[in-house]
Amino acid sequence: MRTALFLLLLLAIAAVPGSLVPQRSSDPNGVQQYFANNPDLAPVLDSLQAFDVYTSAWFSAIYLLLFISLIGCVVPRTAHHYRALRSAPPKTPARLSRLAGFTTVWAPGVSATEAVESARGILKKSGYRVRLFESPRGDLSVSAERGYLRETGNLVFHTALVGVLVSVGIGGSFGYSGQKVIVEGDSFANVLLSYESFLPGRFFDESVLQPYRLTLDEFEAVYEQENPAARGQPVDYTASVTTYAPGSEAGTGAEIKVNDPLRLGGNDIFLLGNGYAPIITVRDGEGNVAFSDAVPFLPQDGNLTSIGVVKVPDALPEQIGMIGFLYPTQATLTTGALTSNYPDLLNPVLSLQVFTGDLGLDGGIPRSVYSLDTDGMTEVAGRTADAPPIQLTPGETIELPDGIGSVTFENAAPDAPADDLTGSVPRFVSLDIHRDPSQGWVLVFAILVLAGLLTSLFIPRRRVWVKAINDEDADGVRLEYAGLARGEDPTLDRAVREIADRHSQQLGIRLTT
Amino acid sequence: MTDLLVSSSLTAVWSAMGVYTLAFIMFTLDLAKRSAWAQQTPAAVTASASPRGQLAGATATIDRVNTDTAQKPLSLKFERIAFALTVLGWLVHTAAVVMRGIAQGYVPWSNMFEFSLTASAIIVGVFIAVQVWQNLRFLGSLITGFALIALGLATVNFYVDVKPLPPALQSSWLVIHVFVAVLGTSFFALGAGLSVVQLMQARAAAAKGAGLKFLQTLPGADVLENLAYRVVVVGFVFWTFTLIAGAIWAERAWGRYWGWDTKEVWTFIIWTIFAGYLHARATRGWRGSRSAWLAIIGFGAVLFNFTVVNLFFKGLHAYSGL
Repeated sequence: MRTALFLLLLLAIAAVPGSLVPQRSSDPNGVQQYFANNPDLAPVLDSLQAFDVYTSAWFSAIYLLLFISLIGCVVPRTAHHYRALRSAPPKTPARLSRLAGFTTVWAPGVSATEAVESARGILKKSGYRVRLFESPRGDLSVSAERGYLRETGNLVFHTALVGVLVSVGIGGSFGYSGQKVIVEGDSFANVLLSYESFLPGRFFDESVLQPYRLTLDEFEAVYEQENPAARGQPVDYTASVTTYAPGSEAGTGAEIKVNDPLRLGGNDIFLLGNGYAPIITVRDGEGNVAFSDAVPFLPQDGNLTSIGVVKVPDALPEQIGMIGFLYPTQATLTTGALTSNYPDLLNPVLSLQVFTGDLGLDGGIPRSVYSLDTDGMTEVAGRTADAPPIQLTPGETIELPDGIGSVTFENAAPDAPADDLTGSVPRFVSLDIHRDPSQGWVLVFAILVLAGLLTSLFIPRRRVWVKAINDEDADGVRLEYAGLARGEDPTLDRAVREIADRHSQQLGIRLTT
Repeated sequence: MTDLLVSSSLTAVWSAMGVYTLAFIMFTLDLAKRSAWAQQTPAAVTASASPRGQLAGATATIDRVNTDTAQKPLSLKFERIAFALTVLGWLVHTAAVVMRGIAQGYVPWSNMFEFSLTASAIIVGVFIAVQVWQNLRFLGSLITGFALIALGLATVNFYVDVKPLPPALQSSWLVIHVFVAVLGTSFFALGAGLSVVQLMQARAAAAKGAGLKFLQTLPGADVLENLAYRVVVVGFVFWTFTLIAGAIWAERAWGRYWGWDTKEVWTFIIWTIFAGYLHARATRGWRGSRSAWLAIIGFGAVLFNFTVVNLFFKGLHAYSGL
């Protein structure tokens, strides 16, 4: 117990740092930020595995020791309990007066046999396992025990905790999780290459990926419009998709919502994020279309001011890179800076900083599509350039400075009335796609944990003795009652007294001496 | 209609606070009276149990925690008024919770303000309800004081207007997971209150009655420890359920049942502390004051999880509404 207590408290303390410092598992960007903000401290913390607390050597050591001590405790206890379950209650102690709830009652005109038989009946009916004894002096007694389920529950609880740990470990090893961004109208095929990011477990095997397909037909976001305190707050997100079983051309319609994932092909598909993906077309200085695509912009705030990057490696004579801000409903701050004051497309404006030069894509170094390395580039339109940033509304085209080309912010719904721009920019969703073969087992063990806990905490385990002592001088017996708690049992005294009460009633003793 | 309900709800909150303040004063006066009474007749009060011979001629049996001592004539009046005020305050408080819920059309525990509002109502409700089981009215000043602070912070610092429920919270697990978490919190609160009094009792016993006089009218440290245990155990079961229900919901909403989000971390830490508490009760040398400290630290962690983790830690449970 002392070991378990010590390790439990140690585990509680060891878990704290993981909430103070960002963790790679749950907040990788936060870790990067932390390194940037604390360049001296971060490497030291990193060497202590402070950014991976829950997989760190020291945290693992504590919980593994805890589980070893748990198993070392549960195994002998199971054997002991198995024997206890098969054996009758132990002999009645010689002196009951030292035990809990000790009560004596004088029962005139009652024989010892009669008293003990009646006590046995009462105890048996209350779920006790009973056994009769006769002492060398000839006193009869009942020895009774109940609540074996308490220990059973306790053992189930602890064993189920091991079950949870093991199935979590197995699930992590054979499962995987991946992320995919899909723009309205686009498709996703469930093969390794289509994932934007993919985290396989240790024993992941690519053959478990079922090559189904999924098309995002429409993403609908509903925002609060009436309530002034919550204007623009999202009320509902619905992704309408069509799914195709492997090798099949017949699609099935389905919906994915935030609390309602799609279960498909051994995967759970979750709707985690969404945003705008403006369609941008870039023509180079020679008039050729060098780029035309929907570019997912990452939302920065609740009103979906979004940042995106456009890279045009095929532009001639020089490569073009752009950093863009999309304001779904553009407004101007008192400082003159642009902002968005509503997340829907009421007045969409795209603002672009334009760079020319080397995009650095040919060096073989992996580059994020969401960031632009401007070191080897010259800003031609933007804050530090002669020309101001380019501002576009849907359908508008602007010539870039120095004749390097033009940019078009395409209107995705050109046929809509001029004052309705709500369909002018396609939306994208980011989906989390998971496979966890063991999570059903985790749930089963978690339920066992709870069931075991309930029985082990609320079923009292106790021994009760009733002894009938013959009195040679008078006609009657002196009855003695006592109990012994096995584990926590705050109501033992009362229980013994109640048994004494009922026994007296049954024997017809008046409750006086 | 919504505006009317919201403003009535707020009025009810302020009224409940007024009534709780009076109840708090009365409970405190009750403690003061107990002190005075203990000084007048020190010997009689210290008897920790009274024989209540259901079985006459039997050895004195300890009755359900000496309910009798709490009903000493002098303090009875203040305690009665205080308890009646607590019930009244709670009714008004509950009305505030219900009106808030009706006004927004979903359960009133989706942000910090509502959580404080509802949790404090449930804590007081549990306090009132357990009186049927045990007379724990001596905790009245602690509980009404706690409810007052919670309501004050909620209305002054955490208040947010009625807003539509964000998509992430649109789940029946919001009803179950959060409500059971509140229930667990209230039992932990009672357990911590009992443990505090238990520690005071233990100190007073060590100092041979030199401590606060009213303690002599309250149950002894052992009895308090048993009561605290029984209350904390209920809280622990609720907390275990909260953890499991939270994991199931997390799997549905975020795609993984456990991800060491800051709130998950602290829920786990609290669970581990109280698991430690249960083990401490069975460890030689840890019964008594040490396990009482664990119950208090555990409740401290619950409060930390609700306030500091919500407001200052980055995580997925970003529903404070602030």
